Amino acid sequence: MSRIQNIFRPGYRVLIAYLTLGYPSLEATIEAAVLLAGSGCDLIELGIPFSDPLADGATIQKASYQALKRGVTLQVCLETAQEIKRRIATPLVFMGYYNPILNFGLEAFCHSANRAGVDGLIVPDLPPEEGEELEANMKKHGLDPIYLLSPASSEERILLVAQRSRGFIYLVSLTGVTGARQSLSQGLEGFVQRVREKTELPLCVGFGISSSEQAGRVARIADGVIVGSRLIQLIEEDSSLSSLKSFVRSLRETLDQYH
Amino acid sequence: MGENNRQLPNQRGYFGEFGGKFVPETLMPALGELEQAYLSARADPAFERRFEQLCRHYVGRPTPLYPAEQLSAEMGGAVILLKREDLAHTGAHKINNALGQGLLAKRMGKTRIIAETGAGQHGVATATVCAMLSLKCIIYMGEDDIKRQSPNVFRMKLLGAEVRSVESGSRTLKDAINEAIRDWVTNVETTYYLFGTVAGPHPYPMIVRDFQSVIGREAKAQIRAMYNRLPDYLVACVGGGSNAMGLFSPFYNNKEVKFIGVEAAGAGLKSGRHAASLSAGRSGVLHGTRSYLLQDSSGQIVETHSIAPGLDYPGVGPEHSYYKDTGRASYVAVTDVEALEGFRLLCHTEGIIPALESAHAIYYGARLAAGLTRDQLVVVNLSGRGDKDLAIVVETMGMEL
Repeated sequence: MSRIQNIFRPGYRVLIAYLTLGYPSLEATIEAAVLLAGSGCDLIELGIPFSDPLADGATIQKASYQALKRGVTLQVCLETAQEIKRRIATPLVFMGYYNPILNFGLEAFCHSANRAGVDGLIVPDLPPEEGEELEANMKKHGLDPIYLLSPASSEERILLVAQRSRGFIYLVSLTGVTGARQSLSQGLEGFVQRVREKTELPLCVGFGISSSEQAGRVARIADGVIVGSRLIQLIEEDSSLSSLKSFVRSLRETLDQYH
Repeated sequence: MGENNRQLPNQRGYFGEFGGKFVPETLMPALGELEQAYLSARADPAFERRFEQLCRHYVGRPTPLYPAEQLSAEMGGAVILLKREDLAHTGAHKINNALGQGLLAKRMGKTRIIAETGAGQHGVATATVCAMLSLKCIIYMGEDDIKRQSPNVFRMKLLGAEVRSVESGSRTLKDAINEAIRDWVTNVETTYYLFGTVAGPHPYPMIVRDFQSVIGREAKAQIRAMYNRLPDYLVACVGGGSNAMGLFSPFYNNKEVKFIGVEAAGAGLKSGRHAASLSAGRSGVLHGTRSYLLQDSSGQIVETHSIAPGLDYPGVGPEHSYYKDTGRASYVAVTDVEALEGFRLLCHTEGIIPALESAHAIYYGARLAAGLTRDQLVVVNLSGRGDKDLAIVVETMGMEL
């Protein structure tokens, strides 16, 4: 059992929080991660900034751009993850685009990520067809590959992703980029059901989730809820992080109503 | 679409170690659907006939292969022949691919077309084809490019397209592609992404090459008719690389014909302000494909510079990377200042105003010809006309109007 698998228990809904590393500062990322861990988050996704984040909406684009301007390289991300890991026991995964990882060296990166205490990787521009080499290195260094599925994915692709993912599968709630949205897709229940029929792996839903109400709708059908852009917005709006804390607590309370 | 380098890419979309499909999951089914639709269209004689007829009667093909006698005499070496893509409808080679993919989109039943543009030539070509085929058209263009290529923005709007300004990142072609991909991810059900160059995820490098290879097939037939032999050199500018690949690929198996791709050296390769991915880059992944790329030491994509907006791109098509590594083509780089010299040279000797992109190839082709003998033949792809660039040239040359 990997540390990621261990967070999933029958009748429990997992809460996953995303932070862009180094935005608005490295200190703020560390502080927010500690706060999230203490407020009911089960896993923290650390976003590695990239110059061309083509799966991201305006909020994370801006956060990445600002982080890069502050010199947040992949090496800095690894060091920061290690620093976070020193303070909290919550499992960590990296979410990052492929080119910086490729540039760092696949083996070197997996080795360093493992040493920093990271448990898995999400690479949004790396479908399973292109992921074999990275996966082989991840396996060697005890990292879980977490692939994504979207409502557009065919039955065949659901099987492929289910076969190649470890830990959980990341379900993208809609066809689109990341970013807080007013409402979730109408077809969400049907999509989760389609995937559920094909795999035993836990299913976590992300993209667009920005309220407790939406989190509740997801909790009825999935094993976990992933929240990202809305957290970044709350950090921007209130640097004391008290808004972040109360929002995450309310999400946790909502999820705890589902068994 | 005739004799081509059809053995590549392989089934996974690779040219050697370059190419592939590095895209978000949401686009994987769409790319598969596109590939199937394209392969079925390519095998359908009726589709090919329609493309050829429109190339002839709408685009004005074949474009001439013009022996530039004055320019050749000025250089005093080989005979320089210009493949006159500047005379194609809308003024550049971009229409070949826009027409082919427009017909494909129609065949697939898509009603909404999106495209990126740098210099505006691909945007104009796409807007043109969409007007002709009654398709809704949205063009993404960097804010900086909108400023420096305003005549093309007016043309797109006149043709009924919506031009969306992209204000993120370097505000040029790279960011226009990011934004077009985000649109496609969001509207993938209804939307056809009409990609403009031989880069991007598979199957785009193959599709764009095949539609553009009309350039090379014509040139091959034309030079055989005129000289009863093949040329010694083919020279073309390379940004993403579609006009070069269109000219080169039908000659792929004619090993005696040398290929030279001319990249943008901007303010000079050592200045760091350039767009010469093949000459100065390293292998990486951007916009769905693995290819040579201009990136910093931590794998972030760097901002590029060229006086020619159509060359101002940090990546390049994967088949060019393959040509480079296998030695099938060589790649050189020409600075802004040299390109302007090529621009002036063609204006004065031949009475032809080239696009600034094409002026890179003109400059290198002319210099190359000067060092060759009179019995040698150099074909230079004059990929577009220069009307769109007059404001940049007037400003740079400090000319008073």
